[in-house]
Amino acid sequence: MRPGITGLEDEAITIIREVAACFERPVILFSGGKDSVVMLHVAVRAFAPAKLPFAIMHVDTGHNFPEVIEFRDRCLAGFGLDLTVASVQAAIDAGKVADAPSRNPLQTVALLDAIAENKFDAVLGGGRRDEERARAKERVFSHRDTFGQWDPKNQRPELWNIYNTSLRPGEHFRVFPISNWTELDVWSYIQQHDIELPSLYFAHRRPVFRRGGMLMAETEFLHAEAGEEVFEEQVRFRTVGDATCTAAVESSAVSIADVVAETSIARVTERGATRADDKISEAGMEDRKRQGYF
Amino acid sequence: MRQLRFATIGSVDDGKSTLIGRLLYDSKSIFEDQLEHVEAVSKRRGDEYVDLSLLTDGLRAEREQGITIDVAHRYFATPARSFVIMDCPGHVQYTRNMVTGASTADLAIILIDARHGVVEQTRRHSILTSLLGVPHLVVCVNKMDLVDYSEERFKEIREDFESFAARLNLHDVTFLPISALKGDNVVDRTPDLGWFEGPTLLHHLENVYTASDDNRIDVRFPVQYVIRPRTTEFHDYRGYAGTVAGGVLRVGDEIVVLPSGLSSTITGIDSADGPLTEAVPGAAVTILLADDLSVTRGDMICRPHNRPRVVQDHEAMLCWLDSNAQLQTNKLYTLKHTTRSTRAKVSEVRYVLDISELHRKEPTGPLAMNDIARVVIHTAEPLLRDDYEHNRVTGSFILVDESTGATAAAGMLLPPRE
Repeated sequence: MRPGITGLEDEAITIIREVAACFERPVILFSGGKDSVVMLHVAVRAFAPAKLPFAIMHVDTGHNFPEVIEFRDRCLAGFGLDLTVASVQAAIDAGKVADAPSRNPLQTVALLDAIAENKFDAVLGGGRRDEERARAKERVFSHRDTFGQWDPKNQRPELWNIYNTSLRPGEHFRVFPISNWTELDVWSYIQQHDIELPSLYFAHRRPVFRRGGMLMAETEFLHAEAGEEVFEEQVRFRTVGDATCTAAVESSAVSIADVVAETSIARVTERGATRADDKISEAGMEDRKRQGYF
Repeated sequence: MRQLRFATIGSVDDGKSTLIGRLLYDSKSIFEDQLEHVEAVSKRRGDEYVDLSLLTDGLRAEREQGITIDVAHRYFATPARSFVIMDCPGHVQYTRNMVTGASTADLAIILIDARHGVVEQTRRHSILTSLLGVPHLVVCVNKMDLVDYSEERFKEIREDFESFAARLNLHDVTFLPISALKGDNVVDRTPDLGWFEGPTLLHHLENVYTASDDNRIDVRFPVQYVIRPRTTEFHDYRGYAGTVAGGVLRVGDEIVVLPSGLSSTITGIDSADGPLTEAVPGAAVTILLADDLSVTRGDMICRPHNRPRVVQDHEAMLCWLDSNAQLQTNKLYTLKHTTRSTRAKVSEVRYVLDISELHRKEPTGPLAMNDIARVVIHTAEPLLRDDYEHNRVTGSFILVDESTGATAAAGMLLPPRE
């Protein structure tokens, strides 16, 4: 293994190329969030000078920060890649799921539908094992049954760098090329390659309010309730997801270098700081993942 | 410095979780929300102390039953190095997890309780570490506080271990006295172990030299994927993408492609960061050749006078992993070795290894989960293979059960029988 971030990129490229070699219809999940941006960059570099041989899909909750959607489209246009959108709104409109205050868990339905409809057999995600404790148990090539379910107690052991890619009809794999990267590794890579990100990742002033110890952004999808005071604060987002359950942190980091410096001394994990949905229960992520979440 | 991936092997009783917690805590790698969470759960369960194992036990069933089911990965970094801890549960029935964790580890940590010394479990863990070819081993003699920090006791355990380990294939063994609970010699030196002149555990982990663990002599490049852009600009581009499994490839090198045996010269090495003059083990690169050969996934590029063996009959150590099915001799499995997949059958089980004593036993029934055995395997196509002890990449394989897709077994290739 080569030193530093180069070694982690070697590993990710090896995984991504294995997907290209072993699957018929792979797709990369792309939200415009930093992990998916980094994964996409690595994937494009893995096949240069040939074109990326994968489809690109965004599972869209409809509750977006506009800056992220604008960035998503501009980023893909820059690479000359087309986007498939799996829409949670469409699933709600079709009566497949009932709307909920947080649409985060509803993404599973739109995702599984899109996988079945497009016959995707390998779905690449930017999940990392350091994010969350259920993810720490995740394989790089994670097998999903015909219901898209994850069975954490019955996972295929993964030895050396030999990946079992055996599939039966209707099943698929979730593949996590940056499994072994940390939040700081992701930011170091972004810095090293001067990768553009949505502006939300950098400090800016916006109206926010406190809820459950977290700073939530006042948006068209989420409003302060009685007793919650809206105020303006200089913040940035450490993760970018559904606007109703992604919180901001107070920050003065306006550049990539500032964020790297801030991340290297952070005392709270990115999910602990910013994900309202993971606070619901000890096994919030495990339960969602079992059902087919990212 | 290269990232260090290390496996911690042992059970709760050895103080393994406490050790990991101590490493993370004293190196300031536990985040506040993680600690708050662990404290809250410990309190709710009525534990007398904060149970640091909750940091690594991520699944609901693990937390409910208080046991570790699966290998957990934890990440931490100091200014000197970044680390991945692969935490392997040590129960007798979980050999399969240890084998999995050890397969990618640069280093293994085995814990010995200073009061009990070398026990059966120590032997089992050491034998697996040796079998999986983990390059570095650290034996932590833990709970030194419970034996009055006795130097004599430490030396006694070390001598015991050394006399047993002489039969094993362990190259770099370091002994450290520690108390994970009290924090002695894990991250910080303490007066109680003032007689010990070696490093702290963290200092050792930060400085253990792993760059020479790769085989940099025998050039092995399994072709993973062929890159053909089919664009006007790169009309004639035909690159062989893969990850260097051994040796150093350089532009200008003469090479042969196996199994065809056709030869050519390397004209370029492309990487994500542009052209390189050489590619070292682990590098994911694209090789360009002077001649237009037919090269596909599963082929291997190597040097003309240093080739892997190209054979269909193999001697191997096999670790059975599948909990739902036992080995059936002469049944067809899919064998995956480097980038090559072929069908294979196990024709004979020579002996089963008793991993507590390193004894050879006659097989009494079909191999089942956690069994380790020496077997004879026949493959439908030749493997381009080295002995596992010379190259962990080109010497390892897995067997996949074709009816269930399960990873049935992990194998390590041995030299042919005399």
